[in-house]
Amino acid sequence: MSLLKSTSVKTFIGACCLSLAVISASVAAKDSTKPIVIPIHNWSSQIVMAHVIGGIFESMGNNVEFVPADTQAVYESIRIGDVTISHEVWQSTFGKSFYNAMAKGGVIDAGTHAATTLEEMGVPNWVIEQNLCPGLPNWEALKEEACYKNFTTADSEGKGRWLEGPQSWHGDMMPIRLKALGLDEHWTVKFAGGADALWTELVSAKKEGRGTMVFNWTPNFTDAEGYTFIKFPEYTEGCRKEDGGDGKCGSPNGWLKKAANYKFPKTHPAAYTAFSKISFTTKQVGEMAALVDIEKMDHQDAAKKWLADNEKTWKAWTK
Amino acid sequence: MLIALKQRKPLQYLLLLVVFMLLYRFVPQSEANWLWRLPSLFKELPIIINDAVNYLMFEWMPISVYDPDIEEYEQKPLFGQITRGFSGVILFMIELVREILLGGVKTIVTFTSWDWVSENKWARWPALPWTVITGGMVILGYSLGRAKLALFILCAFTYIAVFGQWESSMKTLSFVLVSAPIAILLGLWLGVWAYRSKTVEAVMNPLLNVAQIMPHFAYLIPVMVFFGIGDHAGAIATIIFATPPMVRLTVLGLKKVPPEVAEAGLMAGCTDRQLLYRVLIPSARRDILIGVNQVIMQCLAMVVIASLIGAKGLGNDLLIALNQLRVGKALEIGVCIVLIALVLDRLSLAWANKQTDYFANLSFKEKHQYSLIFLVVFVVGIALAVLGSFIFKEGFNYLYLIPQNKGITTEAFWQWGVDWIWEAFFYSFKAFNVWFIVEVLIPIKNSFLGMPVVATFTLMMGIGFIVGGIRSALIVGGCLLFIALTEWWDRALITAYLMTIAVVISGTIGILVGTLAAQHPTSSRFILTVCDTFQTFPSFIYLIPVMMFFGVTDTSVLIAIVVYATIPAARYTIEGLRSVPQELHDAASMSGVNRFQRWLSVELPLSFPHMALGINQTVVFALSMVIIGALIGTDDLGQLILKSLSDKAGVGNGLVLGFCVAFIGLAVDQILRTWADQRKQALGLS
Repeated sequence: MSLLKSTSVKTFIGACCLSLAVISASVAAKDSTKPIVIPIHNWSSQIVMAHVIGGIFESMGNNVEFVPADTQAVYESIRIGDVTISHEVWQSTFGKSFYNAMAKGGVIDAGTHAATTLEEMGVPNWVIEQNLCPGLPNWEALKEEACYKNFTTADSEGKGRWLEGPQSWHGDMMPIRLKALGLDEHWTVKFAGGADALWTELVSAKKEGRGTMVFNWTPNFTDAEGYTFIKFPEYTEGCRKEDGGDGKCGSPNGWLKKAANYKFPKTHPAAYTAFSKISFTTKQVGEMAALVDIEKMDHQDAAKKWLADNEKTWKAWTK
Repeated sequence: MLIALKQRKPLQYLLLLVVFMLLYRFVPQSEANWLWRLPSLFKELPIIINDAVNYLMFEWMPISVYDPDIEEYEQKPLFGQITRGFSGVILFMIELVREILLGGVKTIVTFTSWDWVSENKWARWPALPWTVITGGMVILGYSLGRAKLALFILCAFTYIAVFGQWESSMKTLSFVLVSAPIAILLGLWLGVWAYRSKTVEAVMNPLLNVAQIMPHFAYLIPVMVFFGIGDHAGAIATIIFATPPMVRLTVLGLKKVPPEVAEAGLMAGCTDRQLLYRVLIPSARRDILIGVNQVIMQCLAMVVIASLIGAKGLGNDLLIALNQLRVGKALEIGVCIVLIALVLDRLSLAWANKQTDYFANLSFKEKHQYSLIFLVVFVVGIALAVLGSFIFKEGFNYLYLIPQNKGITTEAFWQWGVDWIWEAFFYSFKAFNVWFIVEVLIPIKNSFLGMPVVATFTLMMGIGFIVGGIRSALIVGGCLLFIALTEWWDRALITAYLMTIAVVISGTIGILVGTLAAQHPTSSRFILTVCDTFQTFPSFIYLIPVMMFFGVTDTSVLIAIVVYATIPAARYTIEGLRSVPQELHDAASMSGVNRFQRWLSVELPLSFPHMALGINQTVVFALSMVIIGALIGTDDLGQLILKSLSDKAGVGNGLVLGFCVAFIGLAVDQILRTWADQRKQALGLS
């Protein structure tokens, strides 16, 4: 009796599997209706782009969900599958977290944007106009007393101060570079806690008219007022200390990548194809940021406007 | 000589100080010298913890789970599946409350599927018009606390709506309406448990401290991995953070219930359960209600941090506004957070204070008058919303849902305010800042860093020994030893330097302000509201102007810590002073003391247990700000915790660093608590 029962159960399961296989074969090409989860961070271009990409997915009939997330921790969430994609992976700030998560497995590289980025120490243009550091943007200018004395702060013990982003961005790269270039006698690195601190420093230094040297990147909203990046000895493959070099080099022209959870191509094949084709240029990234930062639009409205204005561009990616 | 020493505590402290100074002066500074710095034997600990957590998260007891989307079985670890189940329940509750307020589709999805919902576009839960929610809350306020509360709620909700923060505020509200009750019930339950068993209390005390002090960033990634990213993860981190004060105050309250009360209950034939719910908890109500207030405040204080792991709503908007340096906008959002906190707090207070009238013989209409009024509001609100859809043809229906960021704004005014302060005070601020950093902070920091490890141990264990004997000395020593054996002792010294300065300033201000305010009921109510405001007002907002004026320096960090850490010192001082019975005031006055003498010899000693708890909490609050300091830019433990978010062994590093911070708190707690207990015993208070 029990034998009979178990056989019938097995048959039943078998039938189920078969029918499931038939159903799934017929829908395999279609995207799952489960929402694609897009992370929201705290800077304008990223948020607008999140809504732009969300809009593209929605136009293809997908469901989309937005979730606020920390910029570094998000890669762990993508790895586990709680977040589906990340569309602005900056080489120098998030490269470390991105590759760490990729090494553990679960994150895939979904292509690179056309936009190239630069992330480097620099000064706002008015610092150069006021001639607070004669000879910039050449890095050798930093050696002169006429330069570093304009960049001291109360806690820098007479040295000029580099305000670098938090250590989670590039660890000890900047202190190592200072030392390698022999600048550590006259300069010291202070790690800020986050991007807010960098922007506040820029505003405050401008109001006071004092020199300030701050880590920044482009494309960014600071481009509008003008920002000069310091020209360090050119970056070559392997020039950094952790790659075995001597550390005497600046930052490379960086990439802006897209990341996705490894299941995304299987669960949403059409959306993934579109996502892998998406490639924003520097100008487009700048436009999205400007809609919010300069025209003071709401992020979602900005995304709607961008989608309406650039229909040709993004429609091509969905095909 | 020895006998004299044994009896005179000041002499003991003096001797300790001399030994400390000698050690400080004569221990040579070299890395090889164990008296200077201990070797970092625990260097591997973060990696071990990291591997263990990884094993638990990704490998232990894998079970096969079928993923219908990729049509494959996947190996998933058991522990993660259990935690995911738990977070699913919490997420469901949050979504349910949220969709009642704002409408949506998730609750329907829970009972059907995404496929079904995508096919049936009509299956959407509609949002309640904001007029209905506001009206409902006002009626609730009126029924619990009469006109004053109703008016306050009306103003608060109108503010939220008019300033265009309705959606985000409702998202935050739904998140708090789930996490706060869970934290309150959990805290009450744990508190009763600790009250009943000494062992439980002894075990729970350090755990509570760890939960409260451990910087949130230290457990951000584990929480995210185990519970996923989203509102539920935010809620769980919030519950971990908000429950401890509830437990503490429940225990404090229950312990203060006179044994006669409990005996009277027993004589009246109460069962255990009745004794607890009908006698003990109502008698301890005063302290338990402070606990409830604290839970609500802590929940809203966590709104911003919770948004880093996916909580939607005001916290996230705030971070975005701050990144654009829109201080005015951030301020408006901050006010919304504070208003939600105050509304919930006042409502819960009014509800708890409402007496049930058992003898009233009410008609149906009287009994249900509020429900009936709400029904009217509901119908009128919906009618208005429908009407609105005809009036506002283009774009938004202001009578239904006020769209995000389309309300009025006072941003320009605040920007003008910041500019004005800049014009008026910047150079005085700057002069002060330079003086403070060069003359005060840097010397103190260097003296902390120049302390040989043996001197630190002697000083701290010595104080522990004098205060609480060999047991306290060993506990303090154990806490410090853990930190000394990691490679982060110097970082911990910098944290200790910031904390010491902050606690001294906060404690002084807090006790002073608290004492002054407690002299009159109105002023104490006012200061308590100020406390509530600053506890929930996200520190990130004033950090921007503070950083503008004081730069990325330790001064800014200290200001941030002091603003937050002064709150418990003031709050508990007021609570303590006001709990001194009136009869004692009268008795003291009759024996001819003046006001100051009465304060010094009667009120201060009697409110001592509260005040000691206040200072204890000041330390805890200050340590919990380590991470906020790191967000400005410090070089202490906080900076490394922030960095651990992107480290390969980040989970292990983060947890060990978090424990370092927590152990500083535990060591201080051990000394303060033992001392307070002794004082209480000496005063006959325990």
